[in-house]
Amino acid sequence: MDHELTLRVDGAEHRLSVDPRTSLLDALRQRLGNTSPKKGCDHGQCGSCTVLVDGVRVLACLTLAVTRDGSEVVTADGLSAGPPGSGGDHPLHRAFIDEDAFQCGYCTPGQVCSAAGMLDEFARGRPSVVTGDLGADPELDDAEIAERMSGNLCRCGAYPGIRAAVARVGREREGTR
Amino acid sequence: MTEMLEHRAIGADLPRRDGAEKVRGTARYADESPAERPAYCRIVQAPLARGRITGVDPAVAEASGGVLAVLTPRSPGGRGAAEQLADTSDAEYAILQDDEVHFRGQVVAVVVAETFEQARHAADLVEVTYDEQPGDTLFSAERNDLYRPEQVESGDPPDSSEGDVDAALEAGPVRIRHTYTTPMLHNNPMEPHATTALWEPDGHGGAGSLTLWDSTQSVHAVGTTVSGVLGLDPEQVRVVCPYVGGGFGSKGIPHQNVVTAGMAARAVPGRPVRLPLTRQQTFSLAGYRPPTVQRVALAADADGRLTAIANDVVEQTSRVKEFAEQTVLPARTMYAAPNRRTSTRLAALDVPIPSWMRAPGECPGMFAPEVAMDELAHELGVDPIVLRERNEPETDPDSGLPFSSRNVLACLHRGAERFGWAGRDPRPGERVHGGWRWGTGVAASVYPTSRMPVSEAEITRVDGRYVARIGAADLGTGTWTALVQIAADALEVAVDEVDVLIGDTDHPEASVAGGSTGINTWGSTLVAAAQEFRKRFGDTPADGDSARAGVPPNDAAERYAMSAYGAQFAEVAVHADTGEIRVPRLYGTFAVGRVVNPRMARSQLVGGMTMGLGMALHENSLFDPRTGHVVNHDLAEYHVPTQADVADLRADWIDEHDPHVNAMGTKGIGEIGIVGTAAAVANAVWHATGTRVRDLPVTLDAVL
Ligand code: FES
Ligand code: FES
Repeated sequence: MDHELTLRVDGAEHRLSVDPRTSLLDALRQRLGNTSPKKGCDHGQCGSCTVLVDGVRVLACLTLAVTRDGSEVVTADGLSAGPPGSGGDHPLHRAFIDEDAFQCGYCTPGQVCSAAGMLDEFARGRPSVVTGDLGADPELDDAEIAERMSGNLCRCGAYPGIRAAVARVGREREGTR
Repeated sequence: MTEMLEHRAIGADLPRRDGAEKVRGTARYADESPAERPAYCRIVQAPLARGRITGVDPAVAEASGGVLAVLTPRSPGGRGAAEQLADTSDAEYAILQDDEVHFRGQVVAVVVAETFEQARHAADLVEVTYDEQPGDTLFSAERNDLYRPEQVESGDPPDSSEGDVDAALEAGPVRIRHTYTTPMLHNNPMEPHATTALWEPDGHGGAGSLTLWDSTQSVHAVGTTVSGVLGLDPEQVRVVCPYVGGGFGSKGIPHQNVVTAGMAARAVPGRPVRLPLTRQQTFSLAGYRPPTVQRVALAADADGRLTAIANDVVEQTSRVKEFAEQTVLPARTMYAAPNRRTSTRLAALDVPIPSWMRAPGECPGMFAPEVAMDELAHELGVDPIVLRERNEPETDPDSGLPFSSRNVLACLHRGAERFGWAGRDPRPGERVHGGWRWGTGVAASVYPTSRMPVSEAEITRVDGRYVARIGAADLGTGTWTALVQIAADALEVAVDEVDVLIGDTDHPEASVAGGSTGINTWGSTLVAAAQEFRKRFGDTPADGDSARAGVPPNDAAERYAMSAYGAQFAEVAVHADTGEIRVPRLYGTFAVGRVVNPRMARSQLVGGMTMGLGMALHENSLFDPRTGHVVNHDLAEYHVPTQADVADLRADWIDEHDPHVNAMGTKGIGEIGIVGTAAAVANAVWHATGTRVRDLPVTLDAVL
């Protein structure tokens, strides 16, 4: 039996009825035609499907759509400097292009969403496993970025570029704080 | 000598033309191609390595919700029997044609349903019964049924022999004789293989037309293969692929999935069908690098001049279709020695069909000899770079031809400088600080430079712009951008006056993006088309003026041996208590001819080295011979390098001008980055710990 739910995706509201087995990823890709999040494994092992749900990075393939009724979903396509879906580039989009932080592009929307979520977690003072002093504000160095971005695989091996792109946006953000 | 292009756009550090779409995720891959009411296809796979299908009952599956079709094998026959294929000469594509199971994971039924969930559920409901036979799946160099193939994949002979290796080994005075192994490895591009297929029975003048949006390194190879197998005219099949989510060889030769998608589409005429393989399915259906056992022997005089080189290789193939990896090639050409021998023996097993994986042959075939060279350097008490200087050949040892350019020593020297190799303490296992044991290692890289024989391009003047069309592929390699740079220089105009359209069999036929031949071939083709265009229409063409040309042959290839070279330097830290292995620095310096676009070239070289790091430390398809199954068939258990595994990893190149390779001066860069990496890391692990690991991957249990 299908279930009715409402999702805001990249700023637009959608009412849809889905099979309870449908993942959030398949709801986005197959039902709403939003193929920005990718399917690299469908098992929560690669990060390609990362989107922001209510501001937090989430693996859409491990999330059943019916559990997110009423949520605000932002994909790499909807990510922007303003409110979701307001158009225009997010600084991460530009930084990824400038640093050539991708090749095939298949992991990239997930990397971009993950980076956005990660920078936000970092700004809120969340420590990671490599954070030395839990009392002090963590430093956004290579090791922190690498650790926090390791849930997103890139078989093309664009890791150094991804790190550089995230560091750049992180620094810009700290500069404006 | 080839007439060289004047480089203006070539060499420019331009961002990717497809960058904006890729960072937003709006670039559409095969499974995302626009389709009206797509149906979903799911493959049912054999759960045994060998046997006979005795019955297939699709009734329960058919009765479950949303199912449109269930395709079953023609033999033993019954409901839903698949269409008879026109050409079953290539066993890989003889899908559902008989009752034999050749390997675990083989396609034994296919379900098409309205939704993804329904297809997945129904696939579980197809009842297949088997008469199971004992599978012969255990790969070993000690088997008594090893055989010599007619040739290896590259078309070269399986064996070679010059002089008397055994006598030279006998004479010594210094020898190295060891067995090295590389495991089964899976390409694992981030985008699993996928196709959207649409059969329109009224298309192509009523004969029917098949459109395949397929993730492939060669749209034309897919078109030729699928039309041949299905008995269609090549014109009845169109293949479209603007973007590929990585391939690394696994999307080079068409595999079972795309043929299956075509068959599924024909079972539901007028309905587009999506067939994305699951990650797990790609482990048995999309090829892999076969495991190798390499017995390497080196003999040298006291000065470190090699008197003998041998690599006797045993590797795996599948019983149903032969694949003979050209692992023997590097030992034939890399270093000078009067006595040389290589041999290839295959074990044909009831296993999935091996195929191309980034630098097939060169990648495993440089691991063993480059570790052996490190062992020899230690034995002789000379620096590994000096050992390579002493054995630098003047002409290609295999063919006797002069090199068009060979800058492996320049790469070693430049790389050593960047890395800080000078003054290295050669003693193994001597440097411990911070609880870690430190070491450094080096290895050389090589990859042949070639050009494919068939490719065509067309250039047309459209609205005051130049539009080139060629059915090439961009796997993330940067083709969308690099071909514009080449075409602009060939036409002598600015890049923003040029568009190059790729990834569609409606464009002129292009060769596969494989063997690092893409830019060499398609670039040469575009240069020829540009020359033809200018010859016919001059510098002020009118709208609609159009010219075509095919790829010119390279006569210089008869007179010169052509390869790209490189040197890789690794620094490793091995935890003194746990054996954890980290690679804080991995630097590669390459000689790859002219670089078309530095940022994209760097990304490819870094990407190759990263995959080489995976081969060195992480990647290992664990094959269970009892079941014929890769046990770790997903990305949780098959470990590819993650962000945190890659520390200071850099690639650069020397300025190399090779007038013989092609008009651009390019050598191809897609594969060389992975060649030699694993040897450099393994050599560094030895230097750190004193433990020589000859079996990949190098894991902590080996160094504790
Ligand atoms: S597709 Fe969701 S983690 Fe891989
Ligand atoms: S860009 Fe290809 S997988 Fe990351």
